[in-house]
Amino acid sequence: MSEAREMIRVEKLNKSFGDLHVLKDIDFTVKESEVVVLIGASGSGKSTLLRCLNYLELKNDGKIIIEGKETDPKKDDLNKVRQKVGMVFQHFNLFPHKTVLENVIEAPTQVKKIKKSQAIEEAKTLLDKVGLADKADDYPSRLSGGQKQRVAIARALAMKPDIMLFDEPTSALDPELVGEVLATMKELAKEGMTMVVVTHEMGFAREVADKVVYMHDGRIVEEGEPHQLFDHPQEQRTQEFLSSIL
Amino acid sequence: MYLNIIKFGEALIESRSLFAEAAWLTLKLTAVSIFIAIFIGLFFALLKISNIKVLEWIANLYIFIVRGTPLIVQIFVFYYGLTEIAMISGFWSATLGLAFHNGAYIAEIFRGSIQSIGKGQNEAGRSLGMNRSQTMKRIILPQAFRRALPPLGNQFIIGLKDSSLAAFIGLTEIFGAATTMGANTFDYMTWLLVSAVYYLILVFLLTLLVSFIEKKMAASD
Repeated sequence: MSEAREMIRVEKLNKSFGDLHVLKDIDFTVKESEVVVLIGASGSGKSTLLRCLNYLELKNDGKIIIEGKETDPKKDDLNKVRQKVGMVFQHFNLFPHKTVLENVIEAPTQVKKIKKSQAIEEAKTLLDKVGLADKADDYPSRLSGGQKQRVAIARALAMKPDIMLFDEPTSALDPELVGEVLATMKELAKEGMTMVVVTHEMGFAREVADKVVYMHDGRIVEEGEPHQLFDHPQEQRTQEFLSSIL
Repeated sequence: MYLNIIKFGEALIESRSLFAEAAWLTLKLTAVSIFIAIFIGLFFALLKISNIKVLEWIANLYIFIVRGTPLIVQIFVFYYGLTEIAMISGFWSATLGLAFHNGAYIAEIFRGSIQSIGKGQNEAGRSLGMNRSQTMKRIILPQAFRRALPPLGNQFIIGLKDSSLAAFIGLTEIFGAATTMGANTFDYMTWLLVSAVYYLILVFLLTLLVSFIEKKMAASD
């Protein structure tokens, strides 16, 4: 059996905001259908790393190779890469002036120029999948946080991405709403979606992740399978972090 | 000097066809100039947020000039300036002068409302593969326009009342009609008050229109 295809390869990635060096020599790979969870204290650079992967932040140095291709933000069309890499945000960022259905069909119709009737058809299937078929005509302001985040997931999936990035998808939710979003993500993982998830949900990491990456102060300190990283962390930093949150 | 209510009422009724025509001219001046001003305003607002120094500078210069000089001067400059280089009517001189003027204030209104839309909206659009202009046009501007409506409505009202300055370049809009009648009858007070009644009615109608649009656009709340 051949090795799984490499979806993301990051080499010697460096990123600074002014004087602040937030990512330091990051090396990082994600294979097809892998679920990689990034953990670490806030300010450790995990969100920045995630945002570099779809060019919401531009690297200063190093390589980011998505599905075998390196993109030059100055020359290449970033919108092409972003169509392959879906993103879910902490604060959902649904379009408040559009209904749930309009949120989901916006990019397929505008970017991919898919016929509206077909986009609606596909959007309804996706909304059904995230359990919100009955909310299609509601505006986001009528939804709970958990529902908003599930719509956001459906909206990203509507572009049929090969990779999904999740930036603390449950951090802004009331505790009782976290479960429904994690369930949707688990479902997605089961279907073989390649996922990179920044989260504080260690239960999710343990259960769903193929690989957990611990970051501290802009560096990857340790990575490994969940049971290995959670139960037998090798680095002292990792041990301290885990004992502080568990 | 005192005001005779009966005389005022008679004046109001007898002059109705003259003032109806004048009010129509005021409406045309206001509507056309505001319509043009919205595009001017949007254009300069986009320059201001372009992050390109030269363009920002151009927008700032425009706003500096408009805010720093009286509207009446601007209207006269358009009137004498434009009639010299192009055969342009008094109506269009006044309309363009008003549009040029209101455009600067509307530019600032749009800039503020665009910048008030969180950057998450832009990121959401971009992360879906939408380009800058698609995101601006379909995601940011519709939300910004909604937020701009209350101050825009205010600016429309100011524009309507400012159109009275067109009287000084010979247009018989409401204020022009009042001063003409005043000069003819040596009774300025009556006719200025008649003009005030017309302005009040028009502003009232405009207020209704703006709040109607605000309600329509609030559907997503």
